[in-house]
Amino acid sequence: MSNVFELTNVYKTYKNDGKEFEALKDVSLEVREGEIFGIIGMSGAGKSTLVRTLNRLEEVTSGSVKFYDKDLASLKARELREVRHSISMIFQGFNLVNQRTVLSNAEQPLKIAGVPRKERKEKARQMLEIVGLLDKQDVFPARLSGGQKQRVAIARALAADPKVLLCDEATSALDPKITGEILDLLKKINLERKLTIVIITHEMSVVEKICDRVAIIDDGSLAEVGDVKDVFSNPKSNAAKKLVFPSNPFDPSDPSGRIVRIVFDGTHSSEPFIANLVEKTGLKVNILSANTRSVGGIGYGQMIVELPESSEDQKTIIDFFTEGGLNVTEVEHHE
Amino acid sequence: MSEYIRQAILSGILETFEMTFFASLFSYIVGMPLGVILYATSKGRLLENRIVNAVIGFIVNVTRSLPFLILLVLLIPFTRFVVGSSIGTVASIVPLTVGAIPIVARMVESSLNEVNPGIIEAATSMGASPVYTIIHFIIPEATPSLLQGGAINVATVLGYSAMAGVIGGGGLGAIALQYGYYRYQKDVLWTTVTLLIIMVMLIQEIGIRLSKKTRKV
Repeated sequence: MSNVFELTNVYKTYKNDGKEFEALKDVSLEVREGEIFGIIGMSGAGKSTLVRTLNRLEEVTSGSVKFYDKDLASLKARELREVRHSISMIFQGFNLVNQRTVLSNAEQPLKIAGVPRKERKEKARQMLEIVGLLDKQDVFPARLSGGQKQRVAIARALAADPKVLLCDEATSALDPKITGEILDLLKKINLERKLTIVIITHEMSVVEKICDRVAIIDDGSLAEVGDVKDVFSNPKSNAAKKLVFPSNPFDPSDPSGRIVRIVFDGTHSSEPFIANLVEKTGLKVNILSANTRSVGGIGYGQMIVELPESSEDQKTIIDFFTEGGLNVTEVEHHE
Repeated sequence: MSEYIRQAILSGILETFEMTFFASLFSYIVGMPLGVILYATSKGRLLENRIVNAVIGFIVNVTRSLPFLILLVLLIPFTRFVVGSSIGTVASIVPLTVGAIPIVARMVESSLNEVNPGIIEAATSMGASPVYTIIHFIIPEATPSLLQGGAINVATVLGYSAMAGVIGGGGLGAIALQYGYYRYQKDVLWTTVTLLIIMVMLIQEIGIRLSKKTRKV
């Protein structure tokens, strides 16, 4: 499989009132053909800037962004416009032309590419059919709901037969139910049209639901990148841990007490390991919090437990979990 | 009111319409592109260009800050050069046009500024060139606002046209001035003023209706 995008040591610096601000610091990653690639981070982490370097809406300060081995920075204005026909984008605010009908909006990229009127109308209708809004073709966007507007934007994005679809917080303005529907639609398009999708989001649930791989951006830097199931089961960077694991609000009930986090993946989530612990060692732990999530049908979970006071007991318990193949890490107070 | 004055008022109405129509038309032919350039070359816009923006902005500001009456007088030689005379209805169209151009330019600029920048980003991401984006995305999206601005501009031109009477222009303004003011014929004054008010209201109403009809939001 070849790479759709390849970013090498990308830096982006803004100058504002003489002050410099590094929005991206040394970001290197690749997006592979056919995958759904998530880019997640807190707001202000630089993910919107990052996605805009992929179609050169933002110029990089240094480093290179390659689209199918073509360095975007080397392209002349006309060549860049040509390439942009292959890189579609949808936005948080939908960005439809309100004074034009749904059909006319869906036609836009084809009109820009110079496709004849009859042909582009037909194509735009096909795209509206895919997103389930063919019956709204003569309606103006103001009459549509948020979810419907995003569907029109997706139809518009697909019209020019792009190789990749960039989604900039495409579901952030939508409620959870509509978000789910839009994500299902994106997944369907990804599978049926073999369309590579890059998704920018601050919501873990979006990544969880449809992404194959994920990059975590923290303060302009790439904190971690990998398969979603790896990052979710074993986050290495602090930024990843913060996103994957909810923070622990508890202090140990005794100053000498210890709080640990037990992380388990699909192979262990069906085992009653706490019960086993009690049965085998006779020691008890206090469960402070626990949660599981399903990534691609496999259950991942974590549990925060407080261990008994005796350090001997603590060791016994940790050994029991570790031997069982669970990942145990110390939790700092108020992490 | 004598039959003579009634006739004069009637032709005055036509002259006022003539001046307003042509001056508005010509001022849009020049002012609209200027407004688009002002918009597109300003900071952070598609064709950002400080020098072009500063030069056009300066000219527009200077012409706009001149009181129209002064502009009328200043433009007499230019008017004579363009139409061969400096008095009459046709001659009035020249200073009216010149006076309206900067207003139109700023009005167009501000209408375009209202367009959601996200639409421009979307157009750019689709591979549209800056000029294409302006013609096919920004101007259509700004149409209701442009029409609303248009009504205000036409009403302003109509108001200015009345002033042209001072330096020998035609129309209702000239009649109001000659009969109503210099000859103390209050009935003529009030008739012409009422007519002018009705005309402005008419233009305003048409503009608002057109704007509403096109607005899809």
